[in-house]
Amino acid sequence: MPTSVITANLLTKEYKGFAAVDGISFDVAPGESFGLLGPNGAGKSTTMRMVGAVSTRTSGELSILGLDPNEHGPEVRSQLGVVPQSDNLDMELRVRDNLIVYGRYFGIPRSEVGKKADALLEFAQLSDRAKSKVDDLSGGMKRRLTIARALINDPRILLLDEPTTGLDPQARHILWDRLFRLKEQGTTLLLTTHYMDEAEQLCDRLVVVDKGSIMAEGSPASLIKKYSTREVLEVRFGSERNAQVAEQIAGIGERIEVLPDRLLIYSDNGEAELARITAAGLEPMTSLVRRSSLEDVFLRLTGRSLIE
Amino acid sequence: MSIGQRSGAAATPAFDASASATTPAEAKELAMVGGVKPRRYGSWYVAEHRIRSMRSYLQTIVATSIGNPLVYLFALGVGLASLIDTNLGPTGFNGISYLAFVAPALLCTAAVTVAAEESTYPMMMGFKWNPIFYGMNAAPITGNQIVNGMVISILARIIPTCAIYFVVMLLFGAVASPWGALGILVASLTGISVGLVIMSYTSRIEEDKGQMAMIMRFGITPMFLFSGTFFSLGQMPIYLQWIGWISPLWHGTELGRVLSYGASEPTWLTVLHIAYPLALCWFGWKATQRVVTRRLNK
Amino acid sequence: MTVTLAPVRPEAARRSRFAGSLYAGNARSVVGRGLLATKSTNWAVVVSGFFEPVFYLLSMGIGLGVLVGTVSTGGQQVSYPAFIAPALLAVSAMNGAIYDSTWNVFFKMQYAKTYEGMLTTSLGPLDVAFGEISLALLRGAVYAAGFMVVMQLFGLNLAWTAILALPAVLLIAFGFASLGMAITSYMKTFQQMDWIAFILLPMFLFSATFYPLSVYPEPIQWVIQALPLWHGVELVRGLTTGALSIAMLWHVLYYLVMIAVGLVFTTNRLRALFLD
Repeated sequence: MPTSVITANLLTKEYKGFAAVDGISFDVAPGESFGLLGPNGAGKSTTMRMVGAVSTRTSGELSILGLDPNEHGPEVRSQLGVVPQSDNLDMELRVRDNLIVYGRYFGIPRSEVGKKADALLEFAQLSDRAKSKVDDLSGGMKRRLTIARALINDPRILLLDEPTTGLDPQARHILWDRLFRLKEQGTTLLLTTHYMDEAEQLCDRLVVVDKGSIMAEGSPASLIKKYSTREVLEVRFGSERNAQVAEQIAGIGERIEVLPDRLLIYSDNGEAELARITAAGLEPMTSLVRRSSLEDVFLRLTGRSLIE
Repeated sequence: MSIGQRSGAAATPAFDASASATTPAEAKELAMVGGVKPRRYGSWYVAEHRIRSMRSYLQTIVATSIGNPLVYLFALGVGLASLIDTNLGPTGFNGISYLAFVAPALLCTAAVTVAAEESTYPMMMGFKWNPIFYGMNAAPITGNQIVNGMVISILARIIPTCAIYFVVMLLFGAVASPWGALGILVASLTGISVGLVIMSYTSRIEEDKGQMAMIMRFGITPMFLFSGTFFSLGQMPIYLQWIGWISPLWHGTELGRVLSYGASEPTWLTVLHIAYPLALCWFGWKATQRVVTRRLNK
Repeated sequence: MTVTLAPVRPEAARRSRFAGSLYAGNARSVVGRGLLATKSTNWAVVVSGFFEPVFYLLSMGIGLGVLVGTVSTGGQQVSYPAFIAPALLAVSAMNGAIYDSTWNVFFKMQYAKTYEGMLTTSLGPLDVAFGEISLALLRGAVYAAGFMVVMQLFGLNLAWTAILALPAVLLIAFGFASLGMAITSYMKTFQQMDWIAFILLPMFLFSATFYPLSVYPEPIQWVIQALPLWHGVELVRGLTTGALSIAMLWHVLYYLVMIAVGLVFTTNRLRALFLD
């Protein structure tokens, strides 16, 4: 049993009586990739700021690398790499200078920080943009630069808050590739996301967070196994008929979820359930059989979709 | 660019991935060591960053810091002085020329102008349009160090500006006593005291509603005009003199005059001229640190 | 490689629409937007602009007036406040117009992208230019009228011709606004914008604002007489002190040329930037 690098116990943050984070507990092992999955406003970013040692907790316990961030903020932060939800690069400086000034904040000597910056630009596939203005970079490039900046101090733990939100699919894949390399090389990742595919790609283990509390914990596969079926059948009968059809086919599959635009039928064999529906004389407008995802887990746990 | 076209730096890792190899005790020890330099030198790192940003404005900064003293000293110390000295005689201004009288005021004004410029937009930008303060704080830098770093960077602009100003004053023959060189320090103190008071306000601003323009129009401009800069404060009607008393610019200017040509004033007033800007610095510094620290800790 | 998605317009239609693409006769809508934006955001800042020349007049007029005594201008001796007040009026017209036509326009061009939005509608670059300049003039007129009232209260309007200073101030503002906008349309960075302030300061201090031109050696006088602010100061001062001369028409002509040059450059530049 490896010792944790992050331990949170009943961690709570209140703003004027409202608990943004309401007593959550988790721990993260060295080299592990750990995710906080939840919708906007679930308290993920607040949790990240507390772990990042920039936001003091209201109550509970928190230990990063065996240190209390309240007392050892600078020490804890010297070991973290932080990729915030919205990039806060310095627009007044050029790409390479952004890495250099940031490296200096960790006390990296001027003679070393330049070499480090160049290596990281290479890693972030930005070498040819070293002298560009930050403003001229695309969203995906800015994100990669932010990640490169977060790595300037060889962090023990990398905190990523919604790393690919707002990026186009291609930019997301480039970014995932870079993050995956970090993971392979043993960097501990703590990331928040409201994308299931991202969580499934990057997380060894995750917690599902909603309204400041943890709803479930486990690996993506184990969560799907525990809270959902192997397959999901999606059928559409038109927005007026969906609810009515759901009553008619009650008993088909393990469970039926009625969404405004479609029905989800949970079963280990989607095709068989579809055959039973058509046999009953019902003809869906469209049908689709897919593997269960974390979205289904979330729906099961909260009764709501992740992305509204 | 296509996906996975380049392999990046996989062969030579750009970072040290030994995290998993470290024991908990070693990781903790590394963190304690990692905090030492940022705790000690963090303020200087922030200043270094700010000065790096100023470099893109270097040309105008240099041009202004040489051009402004030439223009002001010529316009007021030579042009306007010709009217006054004709009217009152060449030493009719309390025994000295108008040029010698007005020069210390212009020196202090230059410091105040630079301080006002550097403590308004850069302070507000760091939270808002170019939110670098959050980035610094995610690194081991504390809110207090951010404020200290800003102050150091502002001084790094004020002191050379004042030194150049003083050299131009010498060229114009506007300084009677060698003690006048201390005017550089006095002016810098005046400037930074104004800068810190402004920072204690601009660090609070959440939304730009033209507060900067208001600071200039109802703060800096009246201070410049009513602080006994162009004429002795005593020539103002009594109901306007209070502006001078509370204005760091008046205190700095009067002290500059004592040093530059030995203007006479009671000792307690000289002490006040030093103590008052220092008090403003202390107040502004502490207040700004409090605001910045609170604002970062969301 | 350039890909054009716009439909190709027949040559004849393009020709007849040429003037129309520059000017749709709808500068009013640009002014309307500006007024609305002012009302909802920075009216306090706009109002505060009125106080600046008043502060200068109070400080310089009262404080320096005692030291300077009277000043000779246009063959008569006038009090120092009466000497500087018309100059401050001209300077505030310049400052207001320059602010509106440089920083304000620069921000809208580079950051808020206000013009790109406007020019995708039926508005042409001339609508935008006239609209922005009208806004600057409107502000200038309000400040000038306010300052004229202050001058009247202090007894600094020495002749009935002072009332003509109001249109004169608008002419000055128009000149600086159109020139300022032309220059700004060529600017790309904040650093370049800083140079405008760098040039304005000596012009402000040297253009016979606080003392007569006669204190300078003759060559310097020529340089200053070539700059726009001196013409403005002399024009307004002649009107408020009543020292009229036929030579004042040269000042008017100077500004008419400045307006024309500014408008030509602004229009060409805006067209090149947004329409071509």
